[in-house]
Amino acid sequence: MSGSSYYVPHETKWPFLATIALMIMFIGLANYMNDESTLTLTLTGLGLLLIVVYGWFSYVVRESESGLYDDQVDMSFRWGMAWFIFSEVMFFAAFFGALYYARELSLPWLAGDGSGVSTNQELWPSFENVWPSNGPANYGGDFVVMKAAGIPALNTIILLISGLTVTWAHHGLKEGKRNQLILGLIATVLLGFIFVGFQAYEYSHAYNDLNLKMSSGIYGSTFYMLTGFHGFHVTLGAIMLTVILFRCIRGHFSNENHFGFEAVAWYWHFVDVVWLGLFVFVYWL
Amino acid sequence: MSTNIDHIKEEHHHQPSGLMRWITTTNHKDIGSLYLWFSLLMFFIGGFMALIIRAELFQPGLQLVVPGFFNQMTTMHALIMIFGALMPAFVGLANWQLPMMIGAPDMALPRLNNWSFWILPFAFTMLLSTLFFESGGPAAGWTLYPPLSLQGGNSMPFVIFSLHLLGASSILGAINVIATILNMRAPGMTLMKMPIFVWTWLITAFLLIAAMPVLAGAITMLLTDRFYGTSFFTAAGGGDPVLFQHIFWFFGHPEVYILILPAFGIISTIIPAFSRKKLFGYDSMVYATASIALLSFIVWAHHMFTVGMPLAGEIFFMFTTMLIAVPTGVKVFNWVATMWRGSMTFETPMLFSLAFIILFTIGGFSGLMLAITPADFQYHDTYFVVAHFHYVLVPGAIFAVIAAVYYWLPKWTGKMYNETLGKVHFWMTTVFVNITFFPMHFVGLAGMPRRIPDYAVQFTDFNMIASIGAFGFGLSQLLFVYILFQTLRQPVTAADKSWEGAEGLEWTLPSPAPYHSFDTPPKVD
Repeated sequence: MSGSSYYVPHETKWPFLATIALMIMFIGLANYMNDESTLTLTLTGLGLLLIVVYGWFSYVVRESESGLYDDQVDMSFRWGMAWFIFSEVMFFAAFFGALYYARELSLPWLAGDGSGVSTNQELWPSFENVWPSNGPANYGGDFVVMKAAGIPALNTIILLISGLTVTWAHHGLKEGKRNQLILGLIATVLLGFIFVGFQAYEYSHAYNDLNLKMSSGIYGSTFYMLTGFHGFHVTLGAIMLTVILFRCIRGHFSNENHFGFEAVAWYWHFVDVVWLGLFVFVYWL
Repeated sequence: MSTNIDHIKEEHHHQPSGLMRWITTTNHKDIGSLYLWFSLLMFFIGGFMALIIRAELFQPGLQLVVPGFFNQMTTMHALIMIFGALMPAFVGLANWQLPMMIGAPDMALPRLNNWSFWILPFAFTMLLSTLFFESGGPAAGWTLYPPLSLQGGNSMPFVIFSLHLLGASSILGAINVIATILNMRAPGMTLMKMPIFVWTWLITAFLLIAAMPVLAGAITMLLTDRFYGTSFFTAAGGGDPVLFQHIFWFFGHPEVYILILPAFGIISTIIPAFSRKKLFGYDSMVYATASIALLSFIVWAHHMFTVGMPLAGEIFFMFTTMLIAVPTGVKVFNWVATMWRGSMTFETPMLFSLAFIILFTIGGFSGLMLAITPADFQYHDTYFVVAHFHYVLVPGAIFAVIAAVYYWLPKWTGKMYNETLGKVHFWMTTVFVNITFFPMHFVGLAGMPRRIPDYAVQFTDFNMIASIGAFGFGLSQLLFVYILFQTLRQPVTAADKSWEGAEGLEWTLPSPAPYHSFDTPPKVD
């Protein structure tokens, strides 16, 4: 401590180690994509990254539990997390933008709307603009659409309830009701993993029974990229919730001071909101 | 838990030395220096590539390099200068200056700060290594337009992952900047009392967080289109190659303001200091910066007027683009009004700032010409565009960085640079930058296309002049390096307030500034 009221950490090895792990992972992955047999290298990088993340976060958790952080540090964390979530929103915005563009512009043009007249007549005179579409060249062959009713609707309900249970747990934490906190978190984690399980089942159903693949033209592309990145974020969120659950069981957090809990809850709500957008624009409309 | 406290506190007492100091540092000045040195290195690597390009273009015909390698050079030159030289330079300046300017001990998230820097050297090693691949580096231009970029060699996933890493680094850095500015200001420093450089960086950080993830999305789609059979950018599958251009420029246009807004902040700091007057129109400067930032999100398609958009789109993007001239004009007039009847002196930082105002404005005007859709049909993808963006980025952004280094060097090191050499550096740089880029306007208007290693003979004279200018510019920057090292060898003589007219909290600190800027927050009235 430098004699100030503000906590300034003096040195750290974690970021550098995290970078090295990231590099091993990405070099492995890039070579793997170029058909080299570097899957082991990729997974090694990923494993190292997980170890580093575990080490880094444990260190921060220990600092937090030793009371090194004051209100100002807490506020820095809040701003940090809020803007991080905003960056995630913009990441998803790129894919939603691609979806709207395809549905509202590129498909109508390919079907002969506006300046697309000659493209349509010269290349694909029989192509009509209907959604879902795998494009004028029928990429990936005929497929069946994933319906909104059924698993997607069920998953919507699951995520919405999980948003309630995490809020219920938060109230438990603030009011010192430990059982409510732990039960609420367990329920949220379970609902999160059930969601991911359903999603995995849905993918296998789509690939095996519906012939709906990533290569099924623009519908398959947008469907798998949007739901895939969302599912990845749900998985991350569920893992983060699990960590918070174990921390709560160990007696971390006070009813006043529990930003770690809140950060993950924010993230969970963000994932929830993205899903609502997906449900409406990818599955339903 | 008490053992943990002791353990953690104990660990913080010893300070590693040598290389480990730089690898593990969480100090904003250390990290700022790392950023600035890294940026200088990248500036010379990217500059070397530019000289290969200019050497090839000295004469028509193919002399030195094969066309494929030429394309790799143009692509890499842009990626390195944007992501390696300019952005890290501004982040380095932010690291050094923000805590000192707002009266804080350090940045808000010091470990994240370390991470944002250390990603850079690794990511650039990965990017540069592609030049040694059998199939070469990326050659489709820094904009990575499909379908061309999808047809490249093995470098593609490496380039995309390195861009992912650079984007992550920028986002982390920007989050840190915002948290620092919003949460660490000295008591009494309200938002509208912040130094203007802090304001421009706050808005730049917002642009970074909003724009970089969109780039990540765009290049991820490129990756899956190439390797996993998606058809985002394939018409036969219902996608559209033009979709990439839309998403890319939704990132790309805010990106160019990311490169210039901090420069505006620097100029708005230096002009008042050497005019010995307060900045004219502080409030309007803040609003102008914010307006430019917001407008930057609704002008992107002016980069693609010739791609075949609906007429309504062309007109919308033409008018929104022209609107940007209003807040930018406010800034230029404010700078001029600041100097009006001031007691001006012309030390090196001021000279670079004055050149910035004139030459950046030339770049701004050629931007206005490009904004006019029907005219752009003639200018598009010619050397006129190259002249335009080099005028805003070289005598614009880079001049601001150089001015900032000269201006704050005494504060950082406690040592004063040699003023005569600084002025020589200024005049050489300014003369050569114009010799390099001004002729490009003419060959561009006459129809010389960009990104081509060969050209029609009637363009020869202007290209020769530009090439001579480029080598002169490159040599002049060696003088800059010499001045930097010469300064570092001086004894500590600089006053705490190194410039008579300088304002701001950083000048209340000793020179060189202490390791932790403000241990106790200063009071701002």
